[in-house]
Amino acid sequence: MSTSLSTAAASSTVAPVAAATALVGAPRPPARRPRAGRVRSAGARVALGIAAVVVFVCSVFPVYWMLNTSFKPNADVIAPTPQWWPENFTLRNYVTVLFEPARPDRANFPSSFVMSLGVTGLTLVICLVFAFLGALALSRFRFRGRRQFVIALLVVQMIPGEAMMFTLFGMIDGWRLLNTIIGLTIVYLAGVLPFTLWTLRGFVAGVPADLEEAAMIDGCSRGQAFWRITFPLLAPGLVATGVFAFIQAWNEFLMALIIMQSPGSYTLPIWLRAFQQSTQATNWAAIMAGSTLLAVPVVIFFLIVQGRMTGGLVSGAVKG
Amino acid sequence: MTTTAPPPTDPRRGERTAIPAPWPGGRRRPLRVRLAPWMLLLPSAVILLVMTGYPLVRMMLNSLQEYGKAQIFGAPPEWVGVDNYVAILTDPEFWAVALRSFALMAVLVVVTMVLGILIALLMTRLGRVLRLLVQIGLLLAWAMPPLSAVVVWGWIVDTKYGLLNWVLNAVTASDTFTGHSWLIDPVSFFAVLVVIITWQSVPFVAFVVYAGLTQVPDEILEAAQLDGAGGPKRFFLIVVPYIRSILLVTVVLQMIWDLRVFTQVFTLQGMGGISSQTDVFGTYIYHLGTSNLGAAGAVSFVMVAMLLVISLYYVRKTVKDEEQ
Repeated sequence: MSTSLSTAAASSTVAPVAAATALVGAPRPPARRPRAGRVRSAGARVALGIAAVVVFVCSVFPVYWMLNTSFKPNADVIAPTPQWWPENFTLRNYVTVLFEPARPDRANFPSSFVMSLGVTGLTLVICLVFAFLGALALSRFRFRGRRQFVIALLVVQMIPGEAMMFTLFGMIDGWRLLNTIIGLTIVYLAGVLPFTLWTLRGFVAGVPADLEEAAMIDGCSRGQAFWRITFPLLAPGLVATGVFAFIQAWNEFLMALIIMQSPGSYTLPIWLRAFQQSTQATNWAAIMAGSTLLAVPVVIFFLIVQGRMTGGLVSGAVKG
Repeated sequence: MTTTAPPPTDPRRGERTAIPAPWPGGRRRPLRVRLAPWMLLLPSAVILLVMTGYPLVRMMLNSLQEYGKAQIFGAPPEWVGVDNYVAILTDPEFWAVALRSFALMAVLVVVTMVLGILIALLMTRLGRVLRLLVQIGLLLAWAMPPLSAVVVWGWIVDTKYGLLNWVLNAVTASDTFTGHSWLIDPVSFFAVLVVIITWQSVPFVAFVVYAGLTQVPDEILEAAQLDGAGGPKRFFLIVVPYIRSILLVTVVLQMIWDLRVFTQVFTLQGMGGISSQTDVFGTYIYHLGTSNLGAAGAVSFVMVAMLLVISLYYVRKTVKDEEQ
């Protein structure tokens, strides 16, 4: 996919996912079943069914092939005839990947996992706080410079990370933050903030200010009104944007490649690349296990947020 | 325009408020109130200025300097005006990269849009179960981390043990494809790349267009059908105008993303592609930057300018929508 930390700092990885939600999850009511396309003839119905199965198989097959390979002993993986099912099912590849002894010149999975988790978690929390404050400003205030800020937010998302990577590297190096979680987090923040802020703004705008005013007339202070009325309604928005920030930071590749150069500081994508290069053609099964381990958290969070988005739409809390 | 606050609205809450404005027209609002939005925006603004604004300015300055290996190791950079731009714009390699990037983008956008729209149309005509099946498949492809996706596809097209070569041998009942390398030849390298990227970006288009299709009123379609309009006619004359804005925005976004693609090309190059024959903008800048920051800056700036031109429409439309 073309894709990415949707801006500047981060490279091409997940933007489509994120922007998709911005579009899909924006102002539309839940999809109602369109009836116009009722298909009457049996032949046409069979053709459509076949098309659906083809789409399903094409979408799922690479994922299946990854899982299938990851559960086979390596000898079966490189057998001349492919096995369509892990006949000699084994978890050995996962054990190899997870507990492969650390070597000084090579990253291991646990340390890369901790790095990824640290960078992603820190990025997520700071990003949500900053974006939330900014979203309040953009959706609850009209002020001089607002329009310019909005345009800047949009434009910044067009600037590819590759264009700035060497300057960013120089800055992080100058601050002595190379190979550190803090250094990469700062870079990721610039990458995920514009999109998160933009999306959250939509969610905040979707909660009518009238609700807060009604609470204030009933005797709440402005702060109370906000925390008791608006904030709970924003929860789905915060979860949704948060998960997307998570996915972007988790998948990011280019800036991690540049900033986390010592094997001890690799994030998971960089670990997977190094692991693949060092074991290529010798242990494809382990490489597939590694790819699976990288993908599992993302797929889980993605499926969660998909549900949340729909929930948010159905409850009507969100309107562009 | 919102550059000046409209006097009759409550500045604390924007235009939606029902409460009479405490500072009626003419009088200046207290500083505290006028600064409030900027205090809220401050953390984000600082991050963006420092981590995006400054690098952009530096990149522009670098592009006007001689900034090679010597300068990277500490020699003071020399101002050379537009020399870097002249150098890259007269370098056939730059034009090869630009041509490759745009050709790749064009192919990707067309293939992704066509497949995405077809699948969206398919979804509107399926029953509950089959539609769910299709949606689950799309979600899985969409959710895969790009790096995992490239590694898996790389495994499928692997020279020695790849499934693709085995299947092609089986289908053609020969062993023509035994040991066939798909990544060494630029043409098949890009074919593989197109498959990988399309596989992951079609779901986005399909879901967005499907959401749009559910908004097209059935009554109009049924009326058109009664009037004798066939499927393609109904699609182009009724459905397309209805979802035009969705389609346009989707195309613009696809163009931007496909021109910016980096991870997939870079990783695939590492799996057997020859980078000098397969570089696109992103990887070209990456490779160039290790020896000549000045030229890398110039290429980056040209690329950003192109992306801005492409996205101008998108930015204007979004700003307009946002202000309604």
